[in-house]
Amino acid sequence: MSDASLNPALLEVEHLTMRFGGLVAIDDLSFTARRREVTSIIGPNGAGKTTVFNCLTGFYKPTVGCLRLLHPEKGELFLERMEGFRIAQQGDVGRTFQNIRLFQKMTVLENLIIAQHNRLMRASMFALAGLLGLSRYRDAEKTAVEKARSWLERVDLLAFADWDAGNLPYGAQRRLEIARAMCIEPCLLCLDEPAAGLNPRESADLNRLLLSIRDEQGIGILLIEHDMSVVMEISDHIVVLDHGKKISDGDPTFVRNDPTVIRAYLGEEETEEDAAHA
Amino acid sequence: MKATTMSPAGKAADPLPMFLLKDALFTALIAVLLGIPFIGLEARNMGAVLELGTRWPLMFSLVGAVIAGRVVVMLWRLRRSRRLERAVEEGAAARRGVFQRLGDTLNNHMVLIGILAFAVAAIMPFMPFSSRYLVDIATSFLIYVMLGWGLNIVVGLAGLLDMGYVAFYAVGAYTYALLSTNFAWSFWICLPLAGVFAAMFGMLLGFPVLRLRGDYLAIVTLGFGEIIRVILINWVSFTHGPDGISGIPRPSFFGLPLSRSAPGGGTTFAQAFGLEYSPMHRVIFLYFLILVLAVLTDLFTLRMRKLPTGRAWEALREDEIACRSLGINPTNIKLSAFALGAMFAGFAGAFFSTRQGFVSPESFTYMESAIILAIVVLGGMGSQLGVVIAAFALVILPEWFREFQQYRMFLFGAAMVVIMVLKPTGVMGRREPTIRLHPKTPAAAGEAKP
Repeated sequence: MSDASLNPALLEVEHLTMRFGGLVAIDDLSFTARRREVTSIIGPNGAGKTTVFNCLTGFYKPTVGCLRLLHPEKGELFLERMEGFRIAQQGDVGRTFQNIRLFQKMTVLENLIIAQHNRLMRASMFALAGLLGLSRYRDAEKTAVEKARSWLERVDLLAFADWDAGNLPYGAQRRLEIARAMCIEPCLLCLDEPAAGLNPRESADLNRLLLSIRDEQGIGILLIEHDMSVVMEISDHIVVLDHGKKISDGDPTFVRNDPTVIRAYLGEEETEEDAAHA
Repeated sequence: MKATTMSPAGKAADPLPMFLLKDALFTALIAVLLGIPFIGLEARNMGAVLELGTRWPLMFSLVGAVIAGRVVVMLWRLRRSRRLERAVEEGAAARRGVFQRLGDTLNNHMVLIGILAFAVAAIMPFMPFSSRYLVDIATSFLIYVMLGWGLNIVVGLAGLLDMGYVAFYAVGAYTYALLSTNFAWSFWICLPLAGVFAAMFGMLLGFPVLRLRGDYLAIVTLGFGEIIRVILINWVSFTHGPDGISGIPRPSFFGLPLSRSAPGGGTTFAQAFGLEYSPMHRVIFLYFLILVLAVLTDLFTLRMRKLPTGRAWEALREDEIACRSLGINPTNIKLSAFALGAMFAGFAGAFFSTRQGFVSPESFTYMESAIILAIVVLGGMGSQLGVVIAAFALVILPEWFREFQQYRMFLFGAAMVVIMVLKPTGVMGRREPTIRLHPKTPAAAGEAKP
């Protein structure tokens, strides 16, 4: 699977550095994420993981560095030069948030339809065809609903389609946010702590969902996670950060046995660390 | 004060009368403490010197009133908390407030209500009880409904708090006033132009405030509204300043003037239809004109809500960061909301100036913006029917109770406080989904709020 010739790189992060005033949040980070692979970024709290995501998805402009996305269809894109919303619109990079960001007062189905905004917008010719009720838009909307329905089935939320998203239980909101990110048809899916707050059964379901997304959609997944049962089970490749620096990079077995990682992250203070995360 | 605001349930040890007595005594103590300096003692002007007087009877009767009021409030709270407890026991969905049930019923029959309301509005001028006064009030009412619906796009759907909406109304009004008096352009050409100009001003306002939200946006839009008004007052050579523009042509019935005799010997509306001339023709025509414009605004908004742009407006209101992560360009969405909202204000403005025949900056004060905003907020952000109900409360009721004119602002404020306490999301606060996967069933109505 990880053979480079069979599985080309999807994202190449080169010398990424992010400074906030005097604080160096990320220090010269380089790594590669491949298609059909789950790449996990782990590290203690404050290691700069979410900052990496925010640079990738355009919420921050990196101080130094290059974020090269090798899009399967559109070729090479430099994410650090693109405006925030264009990274999702043109780069097809989807993401979820550490503290779930759903459209709470809108229904589950509406959340998934909004994710398909750009396609529907073109079909409605910027609302013109839609206002006139042309079939061109009606068909596009039907396709969008079907797509939403298939994702609702996959995340097991079909029965809740007409509920307000904010009224769903926590675990269901997490699944819905992943389904929403998938509705933009991403080539790279960035998940920020998708297992946070899930019970063991729910995280096992999440593992299956993420693996099926990787294998069936053939996209790359970038994962930030503290739950080691998720990370070790589904990652093909793990990058370990500590204080903004990369301290280890490799497959799960390698990382698990890497003395630097054990010292920095899983060391003597492991139980305290975990308590702090919870 | 903390003890008095505590719920009675927290003091289960006390029997109810004891609890009420203690509470009332505490309230009385505070009332006396405050009452002595404020009411009990009085400085009397005795010629050259001030003398300290007392007003004990007045003070103690007021303290008595405070105690009585407190007991009533506590009993009401007690009743409510008991009802809530019972509701929890019986399942929340089973017991819902009167407002909520009424709202649900209205929501479930929205199309029917809309058609009925339109039918009533359409036959109203021809009913025997109809009068010029009634049709005039209905016309003013419909202007506010239309403005409310227009602002609903910006505030209710897109969640952009716009406190200077009247600026676009003014742009529309002055567009028609200036074009018709200077170039003698007809109303029917100026009407779309007024909308276009107002939409352009909407974009103009939109660009600088793209990064702002909430309070900051409210302040800037408020300032924008004032800027437009100040320009209208001070650019005397162009707008005639505070004198306003008079002699604005009245609209024609698609070319047929609605006057006693046509200028230049043409046919008038009454002649063309073989009717006897009556000034009511114009009043009724104006009424129907604004009715059609308002209904168009409504239909446009309802349709827009189900289109990607409208859904993106609502998504933007919910979470702008999530919108960006889904590849939605927030700039375009905000500008389209500002522009379309302003466009309807422009139409309404052109109508206003042809109806009055006179415009001046006086008509476009901050007060107007506040009323329109109050209509949207009280009605329930995003609800079209809510706007109608709130416009009725804020425009028609003050008209009926003219004797209370001096208390108008007071009642206004009181009504807002009461509605915000009883129903913080507005009269029609519940949102109807724009699309459903499963057909709506009576059970599903409850399901939306489990």
